[in-house]
Amino acid sequence: MSSTFDTVANIIAETCDIPRDTITPDSHAIDDLGIDSLDFLDIAFAIDKAFGIKLPLEQWTQEVNDGKATTEQYFVLKNLCARIDELVAAKAA
Amino acid sequence: MRPEVFKMIDRVVAIDPSLEKIHCQGMVPEESSIFEGHFPGYPIMPGVLLIEAMAQTTGWLVLARNRFEKMPFLATVKEAKLRTFVLPGQNLDLYSQILHEGSGFVVAKTNATLEGKPICSAELTFRVLPWPEGKMKAVVMKVAEYVSFPLSEFADA
Repeated sequence: MSSTFDTVANIIAETCDIPRDTITPDSHAIDDLGIDSLDFLDIAFAIDKAFGIKLPLEQWTQEVNDGKATTEQYFVLKNLCARIDELVAAKAA
Repeated sequence: MRPEVFKMIDRVVAIDPSLEKIHCQGMVPEESSIFEGHFPGYPIMPGVLLIEAMAQTTGWLVLARNRFEKMPFLATVKEAKLRTFVLPGQNLDLYSQILHEGSGFVVAKTNATLEGKPICSAELTFRVLPWPEGKMKAVVMKVAEYVSFPLSEFADA
């Protein structure tokens, strides 16, 4: 988890020019860090490459739009990192 | 090429069977209303339209990959380089290669050459979205025929 978080935080800091020390596991990518959907494409690209996965952004967006999930479930960084770890584990299985 | 109506591609030359690469061509017309302003007495192809030509090249590749299920919309232009002037009558070879296909987006590296010499290049990101309501898909399919896109191979009937 911690190394996943470090990787994700470094990607966000570099991609969005956000000071690294302001990014915490409890940061909400949208509400706290102000990352918009276009910047998130760059972040998703970098995460996909770094972890060898494909973040299911379309599915997540649909679930949020349908009221089946909250943005916190996917865009608070500790939750995002947990999803990434799940995807990495599923790929390795 | 009819840049005044954004028809930047004349022909899809080849789509790699891996669906990772595409080659298109477009000839800059001898005359076009865009040259009235760009520039009076010195017609050169606007750089933004060279980027559009590279975007359309990539767009055909994305459409081939998803069999016209969804439409790519240009979202980000990075590292764009416009190396030399492009003049009326010049025939461009346009290439694109997929760097990554994510969930709802595609990143590609694209470039154009003139007689083998590099003209321009960029990294482009597209959002890939459901077709809008209306006739856009039908119009794009029509344009696909115009540019000799191999519909029988890469589109469902």
